[in-house]
Amino acid sequence: MSRISQVFQNLKAQGEGALVGYVTGGDPEPRLTPLIAKALVKGGVDILELGIPFSDPIADGPTIQAASMRALQAGTTPKMVLEMAGEIKNKHDVPVAILTYYNPVFRMGPDKFFSLARSSGVDGVIVADLPVEEAVDYKQTADACGVDTIFLAAPSTSAMRLQRIVESTSGFLYLVSHFGVTGEQAAMEHSTIQLIQRVLPVTRGRVPLAVGFGISKPEHVKAIIGAGADGAIVGSAFVNIVSRRRSNVQQMLNEIEETACRLKEAAKQHNT
Amino acid sequence: MKSDKMRKLSSYPVEGKFGKYGGRFVPEILMSAIKELEEAYMEAKEDPNFKKELTYYLSEYAGRPTPLYYAENFTRKLGGAKVYLKREDLAHGGAHKINNTLGQALLAKRMGKTRVIAETGAGQHGVATAMACAALGLKAEVYMGAEDMKRQRLNVFRMRLLNAEVHPVESGSKTLKDSINEAMRDWVTNLENTYYLIGSVVGPHPYPMMVRDFQSVIGCELREQFLQKEQRLPDALIACVGGGSNAMGTFYPFEDCPEVRLYGVEAAGQGIESGKHSASLGAGAEGVFHGMLTYVLQDSEGQILNTHSVSAGLDYPGVGPEHSFLKTLQRVEYATATDEEAVNAFCTLSREEGIVPALESAHALAFAMKLTPKMKRDQAIVVTLSGRGDKDVEVVADFLGVKT
Repeated sequence: MSRISQVFQNLKAQGEGALVGYVTGGDPEPRLTPLIAKALVKGGVDILELGIPFSDPIADGPTIQAASMRALQAGTTPKMVLEMAGEIKNKHDVPVAILTYYNPVFRMGPDKFFSLARSSGVDGVIVADLPVEEAVDYKQTADACGVDTIFLAAPSTSAMRLQRIVESTSGFLYLVSHFGVTGEQAAMEHSTIQLIQRVLPVTRGRVPLAVGFGISKPEHVKAIIGAGADGAIVGSAFVNIVSRRRSNVQQMLNEIEETACRLKEAAKQHNT
Repeated sequence: MKSDKMRKLSSYPVEGKFGKYGGRFVPEILMSAIKELEEAYMEAKEDPNFKKELTYYLSEYAGRPTPLYYAENFTRKLGGAKVYLKREDLAHGGAHKINNTLGQALLAKRMGKTRVIAETGAGQHGVATAMACAALGLKAEVYMGAEDMKRQRLNVFRMRLLNAEVHPVESGSKTLKDSINEAMRDWVTNLENTYYLIGSVVGPHPYPMMVRDFQSVIGCELREQFLQKEQRLPDALIACVGGGSNAMGTFYPFEDCPEVRLYGVEAAGQGIESGKHSASLGAGAEGVFHGMLTYVLQDSEGQILNTHSVSAGLDYPGVGPEHSFLKTLQRVEYATATDEEAVNAFCTLSREEGIVPALESAHALAFAMKLTPKMKRDQAIVVTLSGRGDKDVEVVADFLGVKT
């Protein structure tokens, strides 16, 4: 069993949901990413998602678009983010998944990308614009390197596609909560709960289910875990703190840790 | 007889791919929508009523067929092969764009979509979308880079006049590629009622195939018209390539005629070596961008580069995947023309023929000016004049340092 699946399983045994925290690697500058990761882990993030910035992130809203631009302007490269992952893995006992778009992987070549990922200790990779149909060779390469391939499902995914995606995904299934792009939302749509209930029968007993896109508040996390999901993925809420506090690093780190802590509490308390 | 190479050309891309190019590299959330679109298109394509309706709008509304004009003065000036111009500049809206927007808007209507979104660079596709939607009673919203809006103010007003809503795009480089990003973000948010009307042979399958089919009216007409005038096929066809829709529409009906040489002309901007150009096929590398595997202008890390061309319509870092395929097969030769060469051709055609070409089309003309003098006088070529140049007069005046 992979590290990522193991973490989900352990938490489940304790009656807890997993908190998956995302930040863009190299935002606002590469040297701060390990510090931000440390704050996330201290706050209680169970699995870390580290983004490789891409110039044209079509699945992302303004928050992560801006983070990608800051990271690229600071000179961040895919290789640097993989190295950051290695540094984080050396210091913390936390699984790390890389999230990116396909072109940076394609450009480096999936062989080289996954061998670098493996040597950095990366546990899984998520590619926002690579549906299962286009991922046959990619998945073979990842499997050979022992890196999880985490695929996404969406509200528009048919029952038949969902089967195929669940067969391809490893580590967990990343469920997109609503029609739209990434970004903080004031309220969670009720359809998200129905979506989780539709997907759970397919994933249960096969692969953990984590829900992302627009999940930013403790009450969202609580509702998602309460509906039976194994994890909640929070990205833009952390990235917004990075953006807002980038002139005051200490305050940024404190706020990230506090936010992670509150979200993690919500992931624990869903039953009460 | 067809050669093996020609046989490889398939009208229907297998798994959405032309050779290895194309595909559907999109977020999962869009997969159902592009499959629904493909099904709807294949069904419409076989439906005589759809064809009838499209033909009606193409002739009665868009003014087709467009003439194939023998540019006698231009030919004499160049002193070689005869030059014919396929006059897409005379289509409604002043460019070939209307061929595609009418086809897709009819399809949107057939699919029961009420809202149409589109991206635009210089504004030509936005205008053509606004026109088709106004004619067919659909609501059009157009994404346009904030930078492009400044450069093309008149087209912004024109779109609004045509009852389209124009959304400024402030992300990234604030140009065409960012407008496509933003349109895709809108699409994933409003899948249910929204049709995304892409303006070129780019994007995920089925767009490259579908847009090619709608634009191939150019090549089909041209073939018939040329046969009537010269009782044979032309020796060469030349078209400019940004995303590559007018070129695909021109070339497609000739792909299996090896005696017809095909030339696609990309924008070399200030010169390939300057780095300020838009020659994806000439100077790019294979990459995955806007849903397709194709030639892309990118850096060593796979980040998409900003492009440059004096003609906004060619200013795009990717290219249609079928062009990448045709390049690999060497069925089409891809050349480039610089800003300066294009402006020179723009002025030459205006002076010699009284026809002001779009700066995009001027790239094809610039290549013709190099090619035809090397050809024999009894040979003949066709240049697709993809649009008219009224929109470019100010840019050219600026380029030449003329005060208007």
